[in-house]
Amino acid sequence: MSQSPSQPNRLAQGGQVDRSRTLNFTFNGKRYSGHAGDTLASALLANGVDIVNRSFKYSRPRGIVAAGAEEPNAVVQLGASEAAQVPNVRATQQALYDGLTARSTNGWPNVQRDLMGMVGKVSGAFMPPGFYYKTFMAPASLWMTYEKYIRKGAGLGNSPTEADPDHYDHMNRHCDVLVVGAGPAGLAAALTAARSGSRVILCDEQEAMGGSLLDSREPIDGAPAVQWVERTLEALGAMDNVTLLPRTTANGYHDHNFVTLHERRTEHLGDTAPTRDGRRQVRSRLHRVRARQVVLATGTHERPLVYANNDVPGNLVAGAVSTYIRRYGVVPGNRLVLSTSNDHAYRAALDWHEAGREVVAIVDARANPDGELVERARALGIRVITDSAVIEAKGANRVSAARVAKIDAQLFTLAGRVEELACDTIASSGGYSPVIHLSSHTGTRPLWRDDILGFVPGTLKGMTSAGGAQGIYALPAVIADGIDAGSQAVQANGQSAEPFEAPLVAPIREGESVALYQIPHEKPTLRAPKQFVDLQNDVSAAGIEVATREGFESIEHVKRYTVMGFGTDQGKLGNINGMAIVARCLRRTIPEVGTTVFRPNYTPVTFGAIVGRHCRELFDPERYTALHQWHVEQGAEFEDVGQWKRPWYFPRTVNGKKESMHEAVARECLAVRERVGILDASTLGKIDIQGPDAREFLGRVYTNKWAKLAPGRVRYGLMCKDDGMLMDDGTTSCLGENHFLMTTTTGGAAGVLEWLELWHQTEWPELDVYFNSVTDHWATMTVTGPDARKLLAEITDIDLDREAFKFMDWREGTVAGVPARVFRISFTGELSFEINVQANYAMHVWKTLFEHGEKYQLTPYGTETMHVLRAEKGLIIVGQDTDGSVTPEDLGMQWAIGYDKPFAWIGKRALSRSDTRRTDRKQFVGLKPKDPKVVLEEGAQIVFDPKQAIPMVMSGHVTSSYYSPSLGQGFALAVVKGGHERMGDTVYLPMVDGTVHEAEIVSPVFIDPKGERQNV
Amino acid sequence: MSDVREFDTRPAGHPSAESPLAWSFHRQAPPREAGAGVTLREHAFLGHLVLRGGAIVLDEAVREVLGIALPARPNTLALDDGGERSVQWLAPDEWLVIVPAGEEFTLESRLRQALGQAHFSIVNVSGGQTLIELSGPQAREVLMKSTTYDVHPQAFPVGKGVTVVFAKASVVLRRPREDAWELVVRRSFADYCYRWLLDAAGEYGVSVAR
Amino acid sequence: MFHIYCPYCEEHREEEEFHPKGQAHIARPAEPEACSDEEWGDYLFFRDNPRGIHHELWVHAIGCRKFFNITRHTASYEILETYKMGEQPTITAESLAREEKAGHVQVAEGGQQTVGASDAALASVKGAQG
Repeated sequence: MSQSPSQPNRLAQGGQVDRSRTLNFTFNGKRYSGHAGDTLASALLANGVDIVNRSFKYSRPRGIVAAGAEEPNAVVQLGASEAAQVPNVRATQQALYDGLTARSTNGWPNVQRDLMGMVGKVSGAFMPPGFYYKTFMAPASLWMTYEKYIRKGAGLGNSPTEADPDHYDHMNRHCDVLVVGAGPAGLAAALTAARSGSRVILCDEQEAMGGSLLDSREPIDGAPAVQWVERTLEALGAMDNVTLLPRTTANGYHDHNFVTLHERRTEHLGDTAPTRDGRRQVRSRLHRVRARQVVLATGTHERPLVYANNDVPGNLVAGAVSTYIRRYGVVPGNRLVLSTSNDHAYRAALDWHEAGREVVAIVDARANPDGELVERARALGIRVITDSAVIEAKGANRVSAARVAKIDAQLFTLAGRVEELACDTIASSGGYSPVIHLSSHTGTRPLWRDDILGFVPGTLKGMTSAGGAQGIYALPAVIADGIDAGSQAVQANGQSAEPFEAPLVAPIREGESVALYQIPHEKPTLRAPKQFVDLQNDVSAAGIEVATREGFESIEHVKRYTVMGFGTDQGKLGNINGMAIVARCLRRTIPEVGTTVFRPNYTPVTFGAIVGRHCRELFDPERYTALHQWHVEQGAEFEDVGQWKRPWYFPRTVNGKKESMHEAVARECLAVRERVGILDASTLGKIDIQGPDAREFLGRVYTNKWAKLAPGRVRYGLMCKDDGMLMDDGTTSCLGENHFLMTTTTGGAAGVLEWLELWHQTEWPELDVYFNSVTDHWATMTVTGPDARKLLAEITDIDLDREAFKFMDWREGTVAGVPARVFRISFTGELSFEINVQANYAMHVWKTLFEHGEKYQLTPYGTETMHVLRAEKGLIIVGQDTDGSVTPEDLGMQWAIGYDKPFAWIGKRALSRSDTRRTDRKQFVGLKPKDPKVVLEEGAQIVFDPKQAIPMVMSGHVTSSYYSPSLGQGFALAVVKGGHERMGDTVYLPMVDGTVHEAEIVSPVFIDPKGERQNV
Repeated sequence: MSDVREFDTRPAGHPSAESPLAWSFHRQAPPREAGAGVTLREHAFLGHLVLRGGAIVLDEAVREVLGIALPARPNTLALDDGGERSVQWLAPDEWLVIVPAGEEFTLESRLRQALGQAHFSIVNVSGGQTLIELSGPQAREVLMKSTTYDVHPQAFPVGKGVTVVFAKASVVLRRPREDAWELVVRRSFADYCYRWLLDAAGEYGVSVAR
Repeated sequence: MFHIYCPYCEEHREEEEFHPKGQAHIARPAEPEACSDEEWGDYLFFRDNPRGIHHELWVHAIGCRKFFNITRHTASYEILETYKMGEQPTITAESLAREEKAGHVQVAEGGQQTVGASDAALASVKGAQG
């Protein structure tokens, strides 16, 4: 056959590429062309590109070895622009598109002439496992220097430094039967399940569905197998109950048949997703599938043989040779030597021969191979050398010859003289390993089968495997097994299966295979040229042997010591060979050695698909109050409180200069203390409680008493866990005899509601009470300051007289014409009214307050000012001044503890435990810095003796600290060991810079200790 | 049950009201695309009540006052003939009632009267949530991107309603008619859910009907 | 991600709708004041951590907000049953052991570090580690 001059290895005919469509691409800066239907790998081979990478550890030149997900070498960096960079792409899985730009992941400065190769050479012919630890760890200080260059040389790909312009998302799916893999078994299983009426998802990681049938020699129903694939896909595509997902890798198999599928929707079209109708398409999608039944039709990975220099470019697995020839019309060389342990691999030699190139020899490890394919090869005049194997490849940047010898696999020695055969390609096959990665994600134990020399998936509820994945390799049996698996899945769901009649496939008589992994060499393994097991991680047979000599026996330990099967490779090509070598060294069998488990992901998944649209402004919900727009328009700075956006402070621009936070907060604080301020307090949690036992329930979950709280009254309550530690606080109002409104902290709202339900549902279901969140229903505005009454009186029909509406009362009426509940409670220490209106009317009420508030210089304030004002009054914030280890007594709040309540309320018993009775517990106090200019650091540690040796005994810490504009100095709240008995003592706060602050322990109430201001 | 303080939170006059999506619509003009695959529409200011109590007791009162049988089966939704009033199962002792704007307080009073001294609770949450209707040929795809609940017609027929995780928030998702889905969204999460919907529907084209 | 059958919603829901709340069937002592410090400490802090059958309290937090119990195998993660508050499990470690003894079922195994290895090989590795 003739060949295209620009693509020397491209056949004139054959394969499923479209020769009328030429696509240009760039690899390592050089321009090439390929055809529509190519992968990057097949296009590189068509162009005769031998070296695609440098190896990770030894920096040896590497070429393409396989044709699918198991490819260890051709891992490339994709993307023409910085924003479009994608690392870790297997060239064998990347469809070619016009303008594709790729470069090798490893190799610096370039793959042809590599500086890192020197490391391998300089450090001697032998880099043992653990080399990096042993060589570079001493002196430790130099590791940073070494590492920089090693990383640069070794390379692991680059993440883009610019924002990704593409969209990614998630899609949740449910199905009766998920079939993974659309080869002969998967297609048969899917069609059976679909015909039975099941909801079916069929996914396949390749560009086209069909799996091994895409390069099969065997006709189905008397026609090429691809025609059966087309017919079957057409039938499936026409059914409503079927979802076909090509270019979709099942990358993780999680609990209870939850499988994640990574669909590459536009990766085959360009660097970034194209637009459709002007709308940008989703580049990658993660399907989160909950399947009632999973059928794994994941096929097999062919095992290469482990012989010396088996990593030189031109060494391929046999099946890949067939795939490149039959599917892509590419012959990856001119002169082939095939080394095999089985009949199946003879296909590679037959395909090579039919492509018109020379098969130098087939080297078969068996004494008397006699299967149908063997006979066909002999009939074509191909030389078959028996009882032998390729023991070593010759060549530097490309195979130049194969050294072949008779071997004794049992004794692991050569059994005859070595013959050297000139060739440029060595294909090898040691048999087939079922792809059990997904099943082992679930934790099921793979089972070793001597008859197929491989592990098959164990059993798991809701999972079946079919075809190659189950160790069944003959095509007629594979299809029958697929039909069977489809039927089983349907029946397991309690439905009746409608299998279809299997198509006609002529069986091929195949001879027995032999077990063959590492090939013996004239020299012992440790001195022979490197025999690679794991090409991606540069693990050699010698490395594994050393590991076993150094005492590593568990396969899990050998894996970690040698890094075999690590990272993105997940042991696809090398794992069984590695285990066989461990078994040989330890004189055990493979099942005795066992296998390591595989983890998700099967192949790398781009971060974009994992993140989906949970990024940028949709990363986390932003909760807004009904007044958010006003805050934004006033230029508020916002603070995140839980998921809420709360105004932090409202900086004003004075004389063209924007206030700092310090200036704004000082102004806001003084406005509240001297005139009137307003706070949007809508974020506080609010729980409506109804029922005849509501009062009893409150008495059990709060530390204080609720029996006598009358309608119209409000009480502050502390809520503890049963360990006696404070968990939340807030006010609860009695709305009616059987009706209460509880408030919680902003962050505690959901947790407190769940807490109430927990106790009601699990311990006290006999109490008649219901709880419902009304947090979002009400908007809450706190009007506070000496002028609060005057302002509110202008727009309400509620009698605000100090006797008619006392501190800790609530009243209902209208505010600005809107029905409102007004609560006279105070978190600032000033005269305060908290106005609650239905949130839809909040903006109207708020704006009306400002219309009337102008003459009082009504000042909006944010959370920072709120914090300063409450701290000046010694009022705690749960979660800031407490941390889950603070009791109400530690806070000095004995007044809020109903020791004599009849029911043993939550937390009561714990308050009399020996630990909670200790007198040296950290107790809540105020701190007054000796230097009034000092604002102590929150979190700063407190010591009693600053002259003690380091490490000092830490006796407390600062929980809140601010500058008080009213006091004109810094002040703090803190917890100090035995603090309640230490009033007036001096404590010390050593800082990182060596300075030591001094402070006096004082009452935590800094302003208006008698509480007169809020009672006016 | 007596001794509960009833309170009509809707003003007698007509002060301006703002729906939970007012800020979202103000910040960015709602998209209107020709041939959009997904259409959103907010049904604001409806009356929302949460009913809690025993199914047998509540059923009688709800039939009497609202003329709708209380849906007793989990995750179901019952509507009146005009489709304007609905009762949805939320939990074995909890239902969501949605009625036209302004009906909720009278409804609450009449239910309380009908229920007398039984143990129950009725909570008005009209200001705390809003209803977003989702329609169009790709509405289901957008839901699949947003919730793990199975929205296939086999699993989610007309008359079903569930409380589910939606993106990173939670919503009540229901299917009152063949051609529309409804999301009952909490006020404070409304903007997030709205922006999520616009983003998820972007590839299909999206319009906001007002 | 677990797929959990809510006994109140009467259908399977995704794990993200639920919150785990620890070991099930921990009853609060009826008379806390009568407990010694040690007894109270046991109630507060001490929980079982079995390899095998475990009864757990969960809540359908985003859903019906009901608490219920799950019987789960802590190694295989299989959920054997869910049941409402106030009900007792029908499957327990004891009931499974009885059935296994009678030859009806095999208790699920799993979670072994080295899968596929024979017990003898495992024993030798464990011996080496010991």
